[in-house]
Amino acid sequence: MRKVVMPGNETIAHAAIAAGCRFYAGYPITPSSELAAEMSKLLPKVGGKFIQMEDEIASMAAAIGASVAGMKAMTATSGPGFSLKQEHIGLACMMEVPVVIVNVMRGGPSTGLPTHPAQGDVMQARWGTHGDHPIIALAPAFPTEIYMETIRAFNLAERFRNPVILLIDEILAHTYEVVEIPEPGEITLEERKLPPSGLNRLDFYTYNRREGDPPLLPNFFQGYNFHFESLAHDEMGFPTTDPEKVAYLARLREAKIEKHREEIWKNEEYLLEDAELVIFAYGSVARAAKEAVNRLRAEGAKVGLFRPITLWPFPEIPLKKAVGARKVLVAEMNLGQMVYEVERVLRRDVATLFKADGTPISPVEFVEKIRGEL
Amino acid sequence: MSYMDYVRTFKLPHSWCPGCGIGTIMQAIVRAFDALKWKNEDIAFITGIGCSGRMSTYINTNTMHTTHGRPLAFATGIKLARPEKHVVVVSGDGDALAIGGNHFIHAARRNIDIKLIIINNSVYGMTGGQVSPTTPQRFRTQTTPYGNIEPNFDVVKLAIAAGATFVARESVTRPRNLEKLIEKSFQHKGFSVVEAISNCHINLGRRNKLKDQITMLRWINDRIIPMNVARRKKPEEIKDKIILGIFHEDKERREYTELYDELIQWAGGDK
Ligand SMILES: Cc1ncc(C[n+]2csc(CCOP(=O)(O)OP(=O)(O)O)c2C)c(N)n1
Ligand SMILES: [Mg+2]
Repeated sequence: MRKVVMPGNETIAHAAIAAGCRFYAGYPITPSSELAAEMSKLLPKVGGKFIQMEDEIASMAAAIGASVAGMKAMTATSGPGFSLKQEHIGLACMMEVPVVIVNVMRGGPSTGLPTHPAQGDVMQARWGTHGDHPIIALAPAFPTEIYMETIRAFNLAERFRNPVILLIDEILAHTYEVVEIPEPGEITLEERKLPPSGLNRLDFYTYNRREGDPPLLPNFFQGYNFHFESLAHDEMGFPTTDPEKVAYLARLREAKIEKHREEIWKNEEYLLEDAELVIFAYGSVARAAKEAVNRLRAEGAKVGLFRPITLWPFPEIPLKKAVGARKVLVAEMNLGQMVYEVERVLRRDVATLFKADGTPISPVEFVEKIRGEL
Repeated sequence: MSYMDYVRTFKLPHSWCPGCGIGTIMQAIVRAFDALKWKNEDIAFITGIGCSGRMSTYINTNTMHTTHGRPLAFATGIKLARPEKHVVVVSGDGDALAIGGNHFIHAARRNIDIKLIIINNSVYGMTGGQVSPTTPQRFRTQTTPYGNIEPNFDVVKLAIAAGATFVARESVTRPRNLEKLIEKSFQHKGFSVVEAISNCHINLGRRNKLKDQITMLRWINDRIIPMNVARRKKPEEIKDKIILGIFHEDKERREYTELYDELIQWAGGDK
C-alpha cells in the first residue's frame, strides 16, 4: 500500500489503469476535465489509447466500440455531457457491452453551476436513457473508497456485461486528499468471460445462459462474426419484433442484475445499533452527515448514518433492515430525488434536508436540523 | 471463396423494397471483400440507423447496428482498439450528413483508416420520406409538401475540405464501376469516402413523378457524367450533372492510428 495525495478525478484515472482500463474517450467539461487530462497522460504509457472526441455522444460511442473490440473502456463527463451520453448508455444496455461512465455531478439543470457540486443526476443515472434497462451506479464518498469503487465499477461492468456509472461530485473530484493505493497483488480484477473458440453456434445471447447469468458474448475479431444489435433482437442477436423473443431477452437483461443485487449492494452503517434517528445520505453529503453524527453523539443524541455506496440497484433490503421503524432523515444535494426510493421502500414519509444552490450541506446544518427532529 | 461467403444467407430475404439500390451497393461491397480476399473475421462492418443501416444484418463479418448518425464514432473506438483490422462503415445521407455530420467531418479530419460508404438516396427512406441534406431543391417530400427550398451538401467537397484522403462518387446505375471504386477505396490507407448515388423510388420518387425503379434509375442515369467526360465539357453544360469518379487521393498524409503508435513511443510506452 502506498499513500498518495490526489484529487478524486486523478484517483479515478489511476484506479482505472490499475483495473486494466486501456481505452478512454471523452470531451472536456468542468468539473471532470482533470480526469481526462490524467488519462491522456497515463494511457499511452501503458500502450492504451486516449482520444478526445468531437462531443460526448461520440465519446460514449467510441468507448463502446473499443469495448466490443476487447478493451476495458471508460468515459467521463459532467451534467450536460451526461445528458448527451444517454442514448448510447441505452445502447450498451441493449447490446450488453461492458463500459464505465464517470459522472462528476455539478449544479443543473442546463449549464447550471459548472464549478459547484450537486447530486442532481442520481435519477438520470437510473432512468436517463429511454426504455426499460438494467443499470448499476456507485457513489463513493472517501478518497480510498473512490479508488476501490472505480476498480469495482470495471469488475461489475465486465462481469455483468453492462454499463456501470460511477457518480462523484465537484467536491470529491477537486479535493486533494490522501489516497491509500493498494499494491497490484492486493486487488482482484474481473476479466471478461469469452466463449471458447470453435463453437459452432450462433445463439450467443442465450448460450449456456440461465436466467440471472450475464451473456457469454464474443469480442469482435474473435472469429465468430457476431452481430451486435441496437434493435430488439433474438437469441442470435438479430432484429425481431416477436413479442415472446423481445420479452425473453429483456427479462434476461434485467435478471442478471436483479438476481445478483445482494452482491452488488454495498453500504456503510455507522452507529446504527441504538440510534433513534437514521440519516440516509450518500457521496460527499454523507461525509458531512458523519461529522454531524459524531458531534450529536458527543451531546448524547442517538443518531446514526445509513450510507449507500451502491445507489442502483437501490439497496431495498439493507435499508429496510437497517432502519426498521426508526425516524429517518434523507439528505441530498438536490431538491429530493433518492428520497422517493427511500419512501417507496419504507412505505412512509421521512424528514428531509435538501439543498441545490451550489453549496454543500454542512455538518452544522445537519446538527440544527436533527436537533429539531429529535 | 465466393462473394456470397460475406453474406449471411440465412438472414435472406432482406427487408429492402423491391428495386432498392441498397442491394446493388451491398453486392458491390461483398464483391470488393472477395476481390481483396479479406478474412471475414478481420472485418468490422458498422452501420447507422436507416434502410442503409440494415445492411449490417446481412454481412457475414463482425457487425454492429448502432444509432442514427453515429456509426463512425463507434468505428473510431474499434479502429483505435484494433488498428490492424479492417473497419468499414455504411451510412445513409441523413445518417452521415445530418445527425452524423459532426462525426463525419471529424473522422475525415483525423484521417483515421475507416472506409465510409454513404448511400445517398437523397431522402430519409426508413422514416417514410422526409427531406434530407441531399434532397434536390423543389423536390416534394413528406416534410416539404410544397417543394424543398434548402440547398444541398456536396458530399465530395465536404469530405475533401474536412480532410478525407480518398474521396469518390459512383452510382448504382453503374454497378461494376461501383464495385471497382469500393475495392479501390478499401485499399486506401486513411479515411476514405465513397458516395454511392442510389434510388428511393418508394419514398422519394413516388412524390416526384419517378414512382417506379426504372423511371428513377433512368432519371439518375440522365444526370450522371463520368469525370473524364465531364472534363471535356464547358462548365455550363455540366452544372446540373452529378460527376462520378475519384476526386481526391492523398497518399502522403499520415493515418491516425499510425501516428498514435508514434505517440505511444513519445510517451515511452510499449505498444
Ligand atoms: C436519434 C434518432 N433520431 C431519429 C431517428 C429516426 N430515424 C430513423 S432512420 C432515419 C433517417 C434515415 O435516413 P438516411 O440516413 O438517409 O437512411 P435511409 O433510410 O435513407 O437509408 C431517422 C430520422 C432515430 N432512429 N434516432
Ligand atoms: Mg437516405
